[in-house]
Amino acid sequence: MGKDWPLSILVAGPAGAGVFAASLIIGRVLFRHGVNVFITNEYPSLIRGGNQWALIRSSPDEYIFSHRRLADIVLALDNYSARAYISKLSERGIILCDEKDCGQNYNEHIRAFPFRKVLEEYKAPQVALNTLASGVIFGILGASKDTVSEVISEQFKHRKEYAELNLKLINKGYELGVALSVGQFPQLSKKVEEKRRLLIDGNSSVALGALAGGMSFFAAYPMTPASPILHFLAEIQRDYGIVVFQPESELAAINMAIGAAYAGARAMVATSGGGFSLMVEALGQAAMTETPIVIVEVQRPGPSTGLPTHTAQGDLRFVIHASQGEFPRVVLAPGDPGEAFTLSFKAMEIAWRYQVPVILLSDKFLAESYWSIDEFPSLTPSPGSVIRGEYQGDYARYRITEDGVSPMALPGTKNALVYANSSEHDEYGGGTIDPQMVRSMNEKRFRKYESLKSIAEKEGVKTYGKGDKIIVTWGSTKMPILEALKSLKDIRVVQVLWLEPFPEEALRKELAGSQFVVIENNMTGQLVSVIREKLLVKPHGFLGKYDGRPFDPEEIESYIASLGWV
Amino acid sequence: MDITTYDSGRRPVWCPGCGNYGILLALRKALAELKLAPEEVVIVTGIGCHGRISDYMKTNAFHTIHGRVLPLATGIKLANPKLTVIAHSGDGDAYAIGMGHLPHAARRNIDITLIVHNNMVFGLTTGQVTPTTPIGVKTKSTPFGNFEKPINPLLLALASGATFVARGFSAEIDHLKEIIKEGISHRGFAFIDVLQPCVTFFNTYTVLRERVYKLEESGHDPSNLEEAFRLAMQNDKRIPIGVFYKREEPTLEDTFKHAMNPPPAERLPVKVDLSKALTRFR
Ligand SMILES: Cc1ncc(C[n+]2csc(CCOP(=O)(O)OP(=O)(O)O)c2C)c(N)n1
Ligand code: SF4
Repeated sequence: MGKDWPLSILVAGPAGAGVFAASLIIGRVLFRHGVNVFITNEYPSLIRGGNQWALIRSSPDEYIFSHRRLADIVLALDNYSARAYISKLSERGIILCDEKDCGQNYNEHIRAFPFRKVLEEYKAPQVALNTLASGVIFGILGASKDTVSEVISEQFKHRKEYAELNLKLINKGYELGVALSVGQFPQLSKKVEEKRRLLIDGNSSVALGALAGGMSFFAAYPMTPASPILHFLAEIQRDYGIVVFQPESELAAINMAIGAAYAGARAMVATSGGGFSLMVEALGQAAMTETPIVIVEVQRPGPSTGLPTHTAQGDLRFVIHASQGEFPRVVLAPGDPGEAFTLSFKAMEIAWRYQVPVILLSDKFLAESYWSIDEFPSLTPSPGSVIRGEYQGDYARYRITEDGVSPMALPGTKNALVYANSSEHDEYGGGTIDPQMVRSMNEKRFRKYESLKSIAEKEGVKTYGKGDKIIVTWGSTKMPILEALKSLKDIRVVQVLWLEPFPEEALRKELAGSQFVVIENNMTGQLVSVIREKLLVKPHGFLGKYDGRPFDPEEIESYIASLGWV
Repeated sequence: MDITTYDSGRRPVWCPGCGNYGILLALRKALAELKLAPEEVVIVTGIGCHGRISDYMKTNAFHTIHGRVLPLATGIKLANPKLTVIAHSGDGDAYAIGMGHLPHAARRNIDITLIVHNNMVFGLTTGQVTPTTPIGVKTKSTPFGNFEKPINPLLLALASGATFVARGFSAEIDHLKEIIKEGISHRGFAFIDVLQPCVTFFNTYTVLRERVYKLEESGHDPSNLEEAFRLAMQNDKRIPIGVFYKREEPTLEDTFKHAMNPPPAERLPVKVDLSKALTRFR
C-alpha cells in the first residue's frame, strides 16, 4: 500500500445530494495543485431518486486519460452508497461515510464520521454533507487551505451566504481528515504550474471552439447530453454578443440556424440522436441550398430515447448517411476536450469555406467528463469570402465554378439578389427540372468533395505510440485505450477524426503490414464496416461495448491479452 | 418603383385562374407602394403551389422545405433585423405539417409577416384535405367526405397572442395589397390568412365572392381584442376580410439587443477573446 499516484476518488449518493458539485470541487482543488485531473460521472435519467456517482482520478506525473475500475477513497453520501461501493475499493481504499450510513458492516476500509451531527451543530442543511465530507478528503491529502477556500468561494460566488457556511464545514471536515492520520495516500504539495491549463468538459469545449470560429447564432432544443452546450452558451451570450435561443423543437432549431446562416450569421445547433433524427430533413436542405451549418450530435445509446444519460458510439452510420439524396458533408469526431475545441472551430471554418453541412459527432462520455488539458490553441477564423455591401456583375447564388463553391452574397447586398432554393435549381436559384442543369448542379456540389477529401487525408488520422500491432478507434473511446496503453508495450493506437470524407489513404498507410483491431462503443462495429467498405480490409478483431458505459481500461487490457499481443 | 421592379421574368406555372396570381400581384403592389428595394426584402416560401411565388419575385428569397417557413424566416430576421422578411405558406404547409411553429411565432412576436395562401386543399400534391377543408368536402384522400372539423386560423393566431391578425381574399387584390402593406409596416408578427381559391381542386370563387365583406366598411376597431375574437368566429354566411386585430408590443429581436450591434449576420469572423469564458475552467 504505497503512497503512489494516480489517486481515484469516487463520490456517490442520491440525486440531489450534490455528487457532481462535490466532484467538481475536489477535482478543481487537485487541479489547482498542479495535478492532472479526470472527472467522469454516471447518473440515471431522474431528478430525484436513484443513485449517482462521479469519479475523480488524478496524478501530478502523467496525463490521466480515463477512469479505472477501483477507487482509493469513496465518499458515500448515503447508506446505499456506503454499502454498494465497497466492491469498488482498491486494496488501500477507504470509504468515508456518516456513522449511521455505515451501518453494521464495519470493516477496516470504513471510516465513519458524525457528519449529520456536525451539520446540525452548524445549522447547515443536509445537502451540505457533500462539502463537509469533501473537507475530510482535503485533510487526508494535505491540500492547501487557501486553494480550498478559493475554489469554494468561486463555486458559491452567486450565493455568498452559502460560501461562508460551506467554508466552515470544509474546514471542520479538514480537521477530521487530518485527525484520521491515514498514511496510504499521496500528499498534495502546492506547486504552481507555469503553463496555465484548463479543467474542462467536452460540451464546453465544443461551445468555445464554435465561438472561436465566429459563431454568432446558436439554437437548440434541450436533449441530454447536449443540453449543457445550450446552458453554457445561454449564460455567456451577453459577454459575447451572440444570439442563443431555445425554440419549440429541433425542427425549429435547425431551420432557424439555416435561416440565420443564409442571412450571414455563423450558426450552430446541438442535439442528441433523437433530435438529430428530427433535423435530418433540414440537413438535406442545408446541403441543397448550400447553406453553411454546424450540427453537434452528442451520442447516447439508442434507438428511440434509449438510455438518456449514458454513452455510446452508435450513430456513426446514421450521421454519415442521414438524409435522402446524395451530397457532400463533413463528419468530425473529437476524442478529448482539446480536439472538441479545435474540431468545433474547424467545423465552423469548413462549413463556411465550402458551404456544406458539418456534423460534429460527440458522445456523453466526452461531453460530460472533465479532463485537465493544455491551454486551448489561439485560433483566428479566416475572413471568409462572403460578399457584402455591393456586388459587381451578374450575381447568381449557385454559379457553376471549378471547385464547386459558388460566390455567397448576403441578402442586403446591392446588385445581388440571393435566392436559396431547397428544390433543385438553376444558377440563379430558380426551380428547374432541366436534365442538363440537374446534372451540372449535382456535379458542382460534388466538386467540393474533392477538396474536402484532401483535407481529410491530411488531418483525419492521428496516431499514438509505436508498434506493429494496432488498435483503431474513434471518438472518446481513444481515452480509455490510451489509459490502457500505459501498461501495454509496442502497441500503436490509430484514431480516426474525419469520418466523412473518410481518410482512406492515410489510414491505409498507417495500417500497412500490421495487424489491427477496432475498438468502439457499439455492438455492430460501425467503424469496422466503414473500414471494410473503404479500404477493403478486415480487422484482426473487434471489441465493442454496448451497455451504455464507456470502456474500462481493464477491459481493453484483457482483450489485448486475449489476442496474445502482450 | 412600380410592380415590374419585383418581376423575376419567370413565367408562372400556376393553373389559369388560380388564386395565387392575385396574391402575387397584391404583394408586388404592396412592395412598390412601400418603396422597398428588392435587396432589402426576403421572401421565404414553403412547399406547395404557393411556394412557387419566390420564383416569380425579383427579391431575395429562400424556398424552404415543407412546413418550416416560420423558423427559417425567424432565423433570418434574428440574424439581420434590417431585412424585411415576408413568409408565404400554404394552408397545408402552415396548418398541417408546420402547425407546431405558428403559435410560437405569434407568441414570441418575431417581426415578420406571414401570408398563408389558404385554398383549403393541398394543391401541388393534387387535392387532398388540409386542416382548413370544410367538413363533408370530398377530396382525393377523403372520397367519402372530410370528417375532421376545420381549424380556425384566425382564432388560433389571436389566442396565441399574435399582435397583427388579418384575413384577405385573393380576388380583392387592392384590399389585400393594403393588408399586406399594413402587415409589413407592423412591428411584430403579422399574420395574414388569405382566402385563395384553387380552381383545379377546390374552386370556391363563387361562394367566397358572395360571402366576403370588408371590416373597414363595417366600422370595426382593430384594437378591440374581444370583438376580433367574435368576428373571427363568424364564418358562416358572411366572411369578414380586413384587419381583425392590431397591437404594439416588444418583438423577439428586442430581447436580443445585446447581440444586435452589429447583428449576427453583419459580424465579420474575427479573433475572439475567450479569456472571460475560460476563467471558470482554470
Ligand atoms: C415532408 C414532406 N411531406 C410531404 C411533401 C409533399 N407535399 C408537397 S406540397 C404538399 C402540400 C401542399 O399544400 P399547401 O401547403 O396547402 O400548398 P398548396 O399547394 O395548396 O399551395 C405536400 C404534402 C413534402 N414536400 N415534404
Ligand atoms: S393546383 Fe390549385 S393552387 Fe395549385 S396552381 Fe392549380 S389552381 Fe393554383
